[in-house]
Parts: sequence; C-alpha cells; structure tokens
Amino acid sequence: MEGTSVGEWIAFLVLAAVAIATALGTVAVRNAVHSALFLVLNLLTVAAFYLLLNAPFVAMVQIAVYAGAVMVLFLFVIMMLGAERVSGAPGMRWQIPLALAWGGILIGGILFAFLQAPMELPPAGSPPAPLGDPAAIGGRLLTTHALPFEVTSVLLLIAMVGVVVLARHHGSGG
Amino acid sequence: MVTLAHYLALSALLFGIGAVGFLVRRNALILFMCVELMLNAAGLAFVAASRYRGLLEGQLAVFFVLVVAAAEVAVGLALMVAIFRTKQTTNVDDLSSLRG
Repeated sequence: MEGTSVGEWIAFLVLAAVAIATALGTVAVRNAVHSALFLVLNLLTVAAFYLLLNAPFVAMVQIAVYAGAVMVLFLFVIMMLGAERVSGAPGMRWQIPLALAWGGILIGGILFAFLQAPMELPPAGSPPAPLGDPAAIGGRLLTTHALPFEVTSVLLLIAMVGVVVLARHHGSGG
Repeated sequence: MVTLAHYLALSALLFGIGAVGFLVRRNALILFMCVELMLNAAGLAFVAASRYRGLLEGQLAVFFVLVVAAAEVAVGLALMVAIFRTKQTTNVDDLSSLRG
C-alpha cells in the first residue's frame, strides 16, 4: 500500500510538472505551430492523468479526438493560412501586466474556493469495479442521459452544416 | 496519498495559464488553443471529482464538454479561414471593423 502511494505521488508530480510546463509553452511560444505541438503534449499529459484516475475510456477518447483529430485540424489550418507568426500591430503592451495580475487573482480565487469547500466528502455512490468501464459509460449514456446524448448528435450536425456553409467559396458571383 | 485537492489545484493552475494566455496573445488561432487549455483543465477537475466521489457522472460531463469543444473548434476555424480570406490576417487587434 505504501509503495503504490509513493508511486502515485511520483507519477502525479512528474505529470503535473509536464502539464504546467507544456501549458506555459503553449501560451508563451511565438510560433503558432510550436504552440499547437505544446498543446498536443499537454492534452496527452491530461490523458495520462485520466488513466491515473481510473478513467481509461475517457483517456482514449481524449487521445483520439482531442490530441488526434482536433489538433490535426488546428495544425492544418495554421499551415494553410501561413499564420505561424502574426504580423501587424504589436498590440497594447500595458495589457500584459494587467492580464498577469488578473490571472494571479483568478488562480488565487479558485484555489481559495476549492480549499474552503469541504474536501473530504464521503463517496456518494458505490463505484463499479473499474469506474471508467466503457460498458458502464455507454449504458449510462443511453439510459439516464439519453436526451443530452441525442442533443449532442444534433449539435454535431449543426456544426457540420455550419462549417460547410462558412467554408464555401463565394468568389464566383455569390 | 494524492487527494482531490491536489488535482483541483492543478486544474486551477492550468485554467489560469489558459486564461492569461487568452488575454495576452493576439493570434486568433492561439486564442482558440488557450480556450482548449481551459476546457481541458475543467475536464481534469471533472474526472478527478468523479474518481474521488465514486460517481460516473463526471466522466460523462467530460464527454459532453469534448463534443462541444470539437464543434466549437470546427466552426471557429472555419470562421478564421473565412476572415483570413477577406482580411489577410488573424491578429485580433486588426479585426476591429465593428468598433464604432
């Protein structure tokens, strides 16, 4: 028991360091392509956290959909537009210290709220043996949460139609 | 023993980094990435709470967040492509045509 606890701590600390470093990289790096690659690393780290948290199915979906499909779309658009480096006005320099101060306040506020809340809540349900079992998740999605699940499909359809409409060329007489 | 508080603190840090990035950067594509960072931090908090409270609902919430994020990215990037066609830039400071 002691051994697994120490291992869990080491895994948590290493992954947390990587997650924060890659998040800072995403935000701070000048080139948008490098930024996207840092974000891919960050998403993979969070997927590893999901594995640590007994959610293997969510972790796999995170890797396939987020780190895979969504980030490929990002990289594709960045390279297609050639928007690696934004030109133009350097922007309002005074915004940066203001944003940093506001971010510090935000993080402090969230941490305060989290640490004020009663953290040691008893487990509310009796979890099935592997908590993130795909069969359990699928069953719950199609029974208790069937309505949001169906609304999701409508949302995806709307997004798809919207993207097709937006991406159409209006050049020829339209 | 890693507790829920540790995961929530990490998720708050990631969310804050994303929020600061959203305010500081000027490239619209990087702004989208910062939004992804924040959504992801929220997902981490959801899954951690799900694990420590023994409820499956947190993981289901992450699914719905993922779907909405995917739709948002697709539509947002299509908008960026459409804007780039007319304005030749993705700098949000140059996209101020609606300002009075």
